[in-house]
Amino acid sequence: MRITSAEHLTQLQKEYQKEAAKFPRKILVCLGPGCLAAGSDRIYDAFLNHIAQRNIKGITVEAVKKTGCHGLCTQGPLVTIEPDGLFYTRIQAKGVPEIIEKTLEKNEVITKLLYSTPGKSQKIEKWADIPFYSHQMRIGLRNVGQIDPENIKDYVAVGGYQALAKALTMTPEQVISEVKTSGLRGRGGAGFPTGKKWETCRKVDSDIRYVICNGDEGDPGAFMDRCIMEGDPHSVLEGMIICAHAVGSISGYIYVREEYPLAILNLQKAIEAAREFGLLGKNILGSGLNFDIKISRGGGAFVCGESSALMRSVAGEVGEPRAKYIRSVIKGLHDKPTVLNNVESFATVPVIINEGGKKFASIGTPRSTGTKAFSLAGKINNTGLIEVPMGISLREIIFDIGGGIPDGRKFKAVQTGGPSGGCLPESKLDLPVDFDSLTEAGSMMGSGGMIIMDDRTCMVDVAKYFLGFLVEESCGKCVPCREGLYQLHALCVRITEGKGEPGDLELMEKLSKYIQLGSLCGLGQSGPNPFMSTLEHFREEYEAHINHKKCPAGVCRALIKYEIIDACTGCLACIPVCPVGAITGEKKKKHFINQAICDQCGSCYAVCQFDAIEVK
Amino acid sequence: MVTITINGKAVQANEGEMLLAAIRRQGIDTPALCHHDAIEPCGSCRLCMVEITKKEWEGWTRSVTSCLYPVEPGLIVSTHTPQLLELRKTILELYLARSSQSEVIQKMAEDYGITHSSFPVIPDGDDCIMCYACTRICEELGCFAISAVDRGHDKKVSGPLRQPPPDCIGCLSCAHICPTGFIKWQDLDSTRTIWERQFELLSCRTCGKRTITRDFAEYLMKKRNLPAAYFELCDDCKRTETAKTMGKIVVAAQEVLK
Ligand SMILES: Cc1cc2nc3c(=O)[nH]c(=O)nc-3n(C[C@H](O)[C@H](O)[C@H](O)COP(=O)(O)O)c2cc1C
Ligand code: FES
Repeated sequence: MRITSAEHLTQLQKEYQKEAAKFPRKILVCLGPGCLAAGSDRIYDAFLNHIAQRNIKGITVEAVKKTGCHGLCTQGPLVTIEPDGLFYTRIQAKGVPEIIEKTLEKNEVITKLLYSTPGKSQKIEKWADIPFYSHQMRIGLRNVGQIDPENIKDYVAVGGYQALAKALTMTPEQVISEVKTSGLRGRGGAGFPTGKKWETCRKVDSDIRYVICNGDEGDPGAFMDRCIMEGDPHSVLEGMIICAHAVGSISGYIYVREEYPLAILNLQKAIEAAREFGLLGKNILGSGLNFDIKISRGGGAFVCGESSALMRSVAGEVGEPRAKYIRSVIKGLHDKPTVLNNVESFATVPVIINEGGKKFASIGTPRSTGTKAFSLAGKINNTGLIEVPMGISLREIIFDIGGGIPDGRKFKAVQTGGPSGGCLPESKLDLPVDFDSLTEAGSMMGSGGMIIMDDRTCMVDVAKYFLGFLVEESCGKCVPCREGLYQLHALCVRITEGKGEPGDLELMEKLSKYIQLGSLCGLGQSGPNPFMSTLEHFREEYEAHINHKKCPAGVCRALIKYEIIDACTGCLACIPVCPVGAITGEKKKKHFINQAICDQCGSCYAVCQFDAIEVK
Repeated sequence: MVTITINGKAVQANEGEMLLAAIRRQGIDTPALCHHDAIEPCGSCRLCMVEITKKEWEGWTRSVTSCLYPVEPGLIVSTHTPQLLELRKTILELYLARSSQSEVIQKMAEDYGITHSSFPVIPDGDDCIMCYACTRICEELGCFAISAVDRGHDKKVSGPLRQPPPDCIGCLSCAHICPTGFIKWQDLDSTRTIWERQFELLSCRTCGKRTITRDFAEYLMKKRNLPAAYFELCDDCKRTETAKTMGKIVVAAQEVLK
């Protein structure tokens, strides 16, 4: 079926809403990355099977929906029951009949499945009342977790493609002006003003212009873009079509890494459905606009997310950055003017068109407007996916939304901006999260990965880890990046091994400066950040490693010693877990670690229930 | 022609040509290892970086690789600021840690007053400085036999999948352009060995000297539309042959003129 006009679209929207209203009770099963890994596909099947077998009034299989990520991944598998807003956590497939019986049939709440606040044993029934959700504001993620991403009707029912219809009644210049008014800055890392990029592209004289969506998302631990592509693919398509109208393009690509098969699948389904509905292809919504989108699969290299490398990869060449003194908006894919935007940037555009740039600009801070999605990972209670207004403090994100640090440990640092971002210490917790503040503090916004570290984290070890990642992911073309990051990493390794020498830090600082200055692309230019930011905020930790041969956090194996103290109850638990057989002892007698054999793996430390093993 | 300023001196340059060419024409020594006139610039060594600004940039400057930055009117270029010198020294020290045995690198480092690297010498380092000159010339010839495979620090020039390159024609362009002489080859009797592959060498019909590989000759016949006879003689014999022919023509012409 082809939608031929804006009126036709609205008529369909009403129809789909009516259809949906037939099933007032909805069971939303999360099939986001976290829940899926915990087996939520089996839960979805269990709901379908059990509901089909029983005859419950008002509940049919149509009421069960698989959705994208709900956000609170640690508590998964998650199921939300709407319109009640009831939120169940850690569900097992075998628990599904009970949910059907009690909650769906008898309207009873199953307390053991409710969310409980970290530490306190307060149970919360509705997702909207959980602090994790109540502090958030969702624009880019507005439909993720709410609709079935595989069904275009769901998207149309919630007002999908209305922004496109509206944009098509506007001139391209008006669309660009609206995006400029919104103040939207690219969500992929650099924070370049989106409206300005579109305007430049439109103004270049050319027969062909391209629109590309950057879904490479190479930062380890980040999954915002993945969740949007998997959970609400039509929002990305809609943003891209609006962009095509604004800049005058007939051809677009979405670059997705091969490691995201579900994202590729859902995007592919969405593209096909959009073509069938006349939202892609020729004469879109009867407006005369022609535009189509192809998926381009990437091998998953981090550096392929860099604009010039990405465009080479889309064109079928080696995904290596090219030194460019001509920007890709002017000369990009196949040397034609090209708009490259991030997944979240495109997903945000429909809201800007629907609600107006002014309204979007009123959210956040004057220079960083709107909201931003982040993924929370590491030592934090609520790991998962969030979206917050710009300008919110790191403290609010980590403690109010993230629920603080688990196991009663202390917060030590938060790493933002992906592998080449920086680590910020406790003194920076009240920093507003926006593009400029983060950069000023020596970190960056990046694409929105946040890794939280507790006091058992060694910052030299952290720098070593991220530098190691960058050494492997550098394309290897230019010397400062290839050899410089290698040496920076090697020096870090040397320090963690207790072989650091006086003068190492000064040498590393100097090297960092010239890697930043001399590298060809953004990877190298920001590559030293993990070292520079940890050095700035945790210099004493580096010095302890070098001058006193100590790792204060007790992480670097070569610099620590495990010892059993008097708290030992002689429970024997640590003896079998020691892989090198260094622990001896008898029941109810204090055990002993033979330091000559111990290789500091920490297994005993992890297994001891009585805090009887100390790191020295 | 447009006017640009290099190290304080106003000079003429061709709009669109790369800055490095304009700088070198002034006799200013800007080092570069990956640059070669026969191939497209790629900007991998970063030694040729210079600082640019323009009047209207109000004091803002930018460091760019001069081999890749096209001349624009009004550019103000500095090639030897203290910062650039430090950058070059750092790069040379990085090279020295990787290719400690390379004479070219040692010499270049010495020119910058460096005799040893502050960085730990890489144990499995070699003289390949990954400047891409060999892969670019191979590309230029249209063979695409060798390329830089893998990424990161393990990146290495080789045939596909780190195997001997099946598309290599044994022309030696890569070996000749290599700035550090890292690409080794050997001619033994009628066999040439390069990139772990062996090629048959043709020999001159007249003097018997070895000329080029059969694969290279076949490549040229196809690409340049040359007849097989073209490859029967070595260059020297070809010259002698041409001289003889010319001599005959001259004698004949003199006969006519008499
Ligand atoms: C090494 C490197 C990796 C990058 N990876 C990504 C990525 O995975 N996703 C992304 O959207 N942008 C990435 N970028 C930023 C892109 O180059 C580009 O700025 C962005 O896609 C533009 O879109 P935006 O303006 O909407 O942010 C990366 C940049 C660099 C230097
Ligand atoms: S890979 Fe980009 S700077 Fe080297």
